[in-house]
Amino acid sequence: MDLNFTPEEEAFRAEVQGFLRDKLPARLRDKVKAGLRLTRADSVEWHTLLNERGWLANHWPTQYGGPGWNAVQKFIFEHECAVGGAPRIVPFGVNMLGPVLIKYGSEAQKQYWLPRILNGDDWWCQGYSEPGSGSDLASVKTTAVREGDHYIVNGQKTWTTLGHHANMIFCLVRTNKEAKQQSGISFLLVDMNSPGVEVRPIITLDGEHEVNEVFFTDVKVPVGNLVGEENKGWTYAKYLLTYERTNIAGVGFSVAALERLKRIAAKVQRHGRPLIEDPSFATRLAKVEIDLENMKTTNLRVIAAVAGGGVPGAESSMLKIRGTEIRQELTSLTRRAMGPYALPFIEEAMYEGYADEPVGPAEAAQAAAIYFNNRKLSIFGGSNEIQKNIISKMILGL
Amino acid sequence: MNFEHTEDRRMLADTLNRFITEQYPFEVRNEVAGSEQGLSTAVWQQLAEIGALGALFPESVGGFGGAGFDVSVVFESLGRGLVVEPFLGALIVGRALAAAGSPAQQAALAGLIDGSTVAALAHDEPGNHYELSRVATRATATANGWQLDGAKAVVLQAQAAQLLLVSARVAGDVEAEDGISLFLVPADAAGVQLRGYGRIDGGRAAELSLQGVQLGAEALLGGAGQGFATLELAIGWGLLALCAEAVGAMDVAKQYTLEYLQTRKQFGVPIGSFQALQHRMADVLLEIEQARSAVINAAAAMEADRLTRERALSAAKFSIGRIGARVAEEAVQMHGGIGMTWELPLAHYAKRLVMIDHQLGDEDHHLQRYIALGRSVA
Repeated sequence: MDLNFTPEEEAFRAEVQGFLRDKLPARLRDKVKAGLRLTRADSVEWHTLLNERGWLANHWPTQYGGPGWNAVQKFIFEHECAVGGAPRIVPFGVNMLGPVLIKYGSEAQKQYWLPRILNGDDWWCQGYSEPGSGSDLASVKTTAVREGDHYIVNGQKTWTTLGHHANMIFCLVRTNKEAKQQSGISFLLVDMNSPGVEVRPIITLDGEHEVNEVFFTDVKVPVGNLVGEENKGWTYAKYLLTYERTNIAGVGFSVAALERLKRIAAKVQRHGRPLIEDPSFATRLAKVEIDLENMKTTNLRVIAAVAGGGVPGAESSMLKIRGTEIRQELTSLTRRAMGPYALPFIEEAMYEGYADEPVGPAEAAQAAAIYFNNRKLSIFGGSNEIQKNIISKMILGL
Repeated sequence: MNFEHTEDRRMLADTLNRFITEQYPFEVRNEVAGSEQGLSTAVWQQLAEIGALGALFPESVGGFGGAGFDVSVVFESLGRGLVVEPFLGALIVGRALAAAGSPAQQAALAGLIDGSTVAALAHDEPGNHYELSRVATRATATANGWQLDGAKAVVLQAQAAQLLLVSARVAGDVEAEDGISLFLVPADAAGVQLRGYGRIDGGRAAELSLQGVQLGAEALLGGAGQGFATLELAIGWGLLALCAEAVGAMDVAKQYTLEYLQTRKQFGVPIGSFQALQHRMADVLLEIEQARSAVINAAAAMEADRLTRERALSAAKFSIGRIGARVAEEAVQMHGGIGMTWELPLAHYAKRLVMIDHQLGDEDHHLQRYIALGRSVA
């Protein structure tokens, strides 16, 4: 039993920290640390810097341009990036589609698409969810009908994160209506500039344009864009969903959020004292801090098991549930720390370059919005209730 | 980074678990736990022989272990078997002796490690409510040594003990850390009176009255008035032990409940097929894993500086208190009516889990302590 990282792992951590210190632009870091909203250009800027270092596709093997890291290295990298205020890697191309193409794609597909992901030639989004599907992803209704060298796609996808930035979308489509639910699904790559594709924004309760609806009306897709075999898409989709979920607890994000919360609560006053000294606030803060300390170790236990050759199975469901609960509690406490100044909704103040006098304490403008936005954490990626179903079936055998 | 125990520790755990399964099944345990002695001398001796006591202490004082993970491995096994034997007293008193004892005083460790001496910590007092530094029992210097007067509360296994470690105040305000001394008191010393009783979770304890107890100078452990640091350190080992014991008990309570969900039928199907119960069980599983992590964090911190160690211990005891009660309550609830009965082993695991929260500080106490320790960092 040894909770310490090896000297090699500590050296790697120092290397990542050094890279962040040298290469992460202060402008981006400050935006992330303050919880301001990021633009497409911000993400592209960070992806480019990571790619120059060879660290963008950190889940990929070296032969395709990944760094060939093990589970512990990936964890350290993701953790340091989160704690250091780096923008999130937009996962759809590098972390989701990339591994699917590497495992199931044709040689031609790998040769064509993988470099484009690394270079930022394509911005991918994910076409899984449909209206009414919720957590029941296999209920795909969007159809793809083969006509010569093309599929004709009709239907609708929804909750498409950052789809308005994307030029490509990977979709689950139904290619066999007769087959049982999971077995008639195929995995198709669709150019969003094709005639018949329409993207409409969904504005979330925090006023942000993050997700979209995507409509397909007689969209022609070359058969070369089918990944793997027709009607086997569910296998690929599941692989994508379970791939590399060791960082699903988001411990790094929580560590950063806790630091931010403490910074805020040390400034905000209550009864003439810093809020952080208020007994009821301090109690709730300590509870989530302890939960996070325990979570760090729970997460490392799973990482160590993966590094030792295990597969992160239903354990990642445990990490997802408690990890998101902790993140949500932290956003809740940050919102509460603002007192009445959680109310003002000044959207411009959530973006870089807001020049007016801020209303209320520093970072008050985004506190409530971030809290509302983060309600998504326990809903997406398989709701926390679905995760409990998975634990019940896979670990408990119920 | 490695979360597997060494082979030595795995072997020790296997040996202990096998002994408990074979020699200390539930019927035996309950008989011992409800007996007039509140322990079994025969079992205690056998456990000492297989090394369960020696593992708690470093080689420098005659043991063969003594690291945080040695202690957690032993107590996790004890928790799995709901063992009521006086391990906690041996650990706390032995650790105090190891930390502050003179060579002559440390001679007592041999008896603690071979099981021939039963030791008990007499620290809590009526009204101190877990507060470590609140000691009203007085120690007054006499011509030959010391005189103790006062009362101690809920002293575990006091009636079976030959050796008591008693905290008493030589100076200072009733809550001051300075001025507390520790004394090694023979349980049969004149003026020591016990009022024994059984515990709701099995085994025995006693109220202790100290009236004009005369002790020689050699009874004082460490410097006069300087006992707090030793007390905190020794109780820290006790905290780790209780937390690990709880994780062992949680694992068994989880297993019992899971088996019940798979076999108990209602409306023609196993009740484990109901999503309401599945989700409760998934929560229980998740919480237990967090509790296990808390124990790992605490065990790893035992060699760290005081603040790091004590914060990790309070974090763990808070986590265990909260989660232990949750696991106990959920397990009883999911068992339904049968979970309310004395005959069901699970019910005794539930009681032990809840009562662990009442030893050496409950979740509220340790949460506040964690916060206070954090302030002294900042």
